[in-house]
Amino acid sequence: MTALSSDSLAHTSPASAVRPRPTRRRAPGAWANIGSIAHRELRDAIRSRWFWLYTLSFAVLGLAVSFVSAAGTGASGLSGFGRTTAGLINLVLLVVPLMALTAGAASIASDRERGMLAYVLAQPVARYEVVLGKYFGLAGALLACLSLGLGGCALILASKGVRTSPSSLLWLTGLSFLLALAMLSVGLLISVLARKASVAVGTAIFTWLTLVFVSDLALMAGAIALRLRIETLFGLSLVNPLQVFKMWSLHAVDATLDVLGPAGLYAMDTYGDGVALLFAAVLALWITLPLALAVLLFARRSPV
Amino acid sequence: MTSSSSISSAASDRSATNATSMIRMTEVTKRFGRSVAVEAVSLDVAAGESLALWGANGAGKTTLIRCALGLLGFEGSIAIGGHDVRHDGKAARLLIGYVPQELGFYDDLSLREAIAFFARLKGLGLPDVSPTLEQVGLLGHERKRIRELSGGMKQRLALAIALLGDPPILLLDEVTASLDAVGRDEFVGLLERLSGAGRTLLFASHRIEEVAALAGRVALLERGRILRVEPCARFVAELAHGAVLHLVMAAGVRETAIRSLRAGGFAAQMNGVGVLVPVLPEQKAVPFRLLAEARIPIDDFEVVSASHAAALASRTMEVRS
Repeated sequence: MTALSSDSLAHTSPASAVRPRPTRRRAPGAWANIGSIAHRELRDAIRSRWFWLYTLSFAVLGLAVSFVSAAGTGASGLSGFGRTTAGLINLVLLVVPLMALTAGAASIASDRERGMLAYVLAQPVARYEVVLGKYFGLAGALLACLSLGLGGCALILASKGVRTSPSSLLWLTGLSFLLALAMLSVGLLISVLARKASVAVGTAIFTWLTLVFVSDLALMAGAIALRLRIETLFGLSLVNPLQVFKMWSLHAVDATLDVLGPAGLYAMDTYGDGVALLFAAVLALWITLPLALAVLLFARRSPV
Repeated sequence: MTSSSSISSAASDRSATNATSMIRMTEVTKRFGRSVAVEAVSLDVAAGESLALWGANGAGKTTLIRCALGLLGFEGSIAIGGHDVRHDGKAARLLIGYVPQELGFYDDLSLREAIAFFARLKGLGLPDVSPTLEQVGLLGHERKRIRELSGGMKQRLALAIALLGDPPILLLDEVTASLDAVGRDEFVGLLERLSGAGRTLLFASHRIEEVAALAGRVALLERGRILRVEPCARFVAELAHGAVLHLVMAAGVRETAIRSLRAGGFAAQMNGVGVLVPVLPEQKAVPFRLLAEARIPIDDFEVVSASHAAALASRTMEVRS
């Protein structure tokens, strides 16, 4: 242990040694604090194993899906709707929500468990600044992860002579990011509510399972058992952000929703190309509402 | 019992600046479900004053500090430098440097990164961290990851972060609880100098040597209530059954004497012309033996009563202020 030096202590605050005085500094503004916390969160995420594990998995699985699909059909990568696009959309549907939900769920709960949350909040920082800072930082990490994963996948496909459509790839990346933002909001809400990180991550995984598998099965079962009308079926599918992502991606790449069957035809007949606005509005709600709720609840809950 | 404390006479002749209340708690109550952790506590801490919160585990010390930081909701009101903690929390916390009992930290950050992060949160931009690290004896360790630090070094880092921006108030929550004896002595010595630099200090402790070294007054808490607030010397004397040795010695040897006495287990405290040493009645000769072994000459001594010890402590505070 380093010994404390008297000499080094002697210069402690010479001004304040004369008489105590209140500081005249002003507390940093909200955006400055949000930026500081986001920057730290982003850097922390990029240094973490989960970030590189997800990025690598995403790129490898994306490549596998693209090559298998292209080999099976003779189609050319992401050049239009086909098995490749469907495969990549399904890959995003599985991986991105899991990644965003768990990243969001672990963030605040684990800081609380380590005592870090109380320590940060003991600084001149408002609670909503902490939630938003974490949100933006993790969003940046997810965007980097998706860009690296899908970008790496596209580069390798191009180098192997597989033709890719940049617009399809950009649409897929952009919509994947919106899905990630929505799931991150839900993850943060879980993190604010849970007392322990393990409970938060467990709840996030349960939520993921529900959104990916259970809701689809429930919808199918409901449609058969209750003989749901087609508009009701379409309305219920809008409740699930993963379904919204899937429909919007198909619409963006193929300009129709024919592949979805009667529900897709109903949506196109009713809303036309305006259906994209409907999807955008629903995803916007999934992004903003859980985040707003997380901010409100975090202001009321004890950080210790 | 509900108790409102008043500023002790020890500070009565301070300047107008010093008489300003830096921390004002009014009828603060904190409940966790049905249990009451803090009940109707009212407390004023003047600018430049050092007040210890004394009590057993569960007495409400940490809860009170967390309320002052706005970490916990509470009934009543708390103002820091005139800023209401609930409604103007950021401005209030800008005046505070806080050191928790044990620092939970982002382990992957280096010391330099950690200090830079908290400096930005305090609106300081990117300061030169070397003086801050030197201040707490961590210069040369700035590239180390936090996970590589010992408990004592982590506490010093927490103190370095607390001192960023030169806040007028330090809130310390049993900061030496996780340190060994040597680390504790060094840390208390450092705090002693900092409190002497005119900062307002509010700290929780159940170690008599810390309280004797740092506090001007002591608030005794029991089950969330303040039993009484009294000058530190009186409190120390009462704990030591009324026996306090007042050892008069040359200014140049007082610090060495205090170190020797503390190493021997005595809560020695500097005062204007010498050193105050609370002792048990059957141990009055031991400090003399320790100082003789350390070859520290004593010019004079007296065994003082509790009230006299309080007066001596008051004089010490006047010298400090």
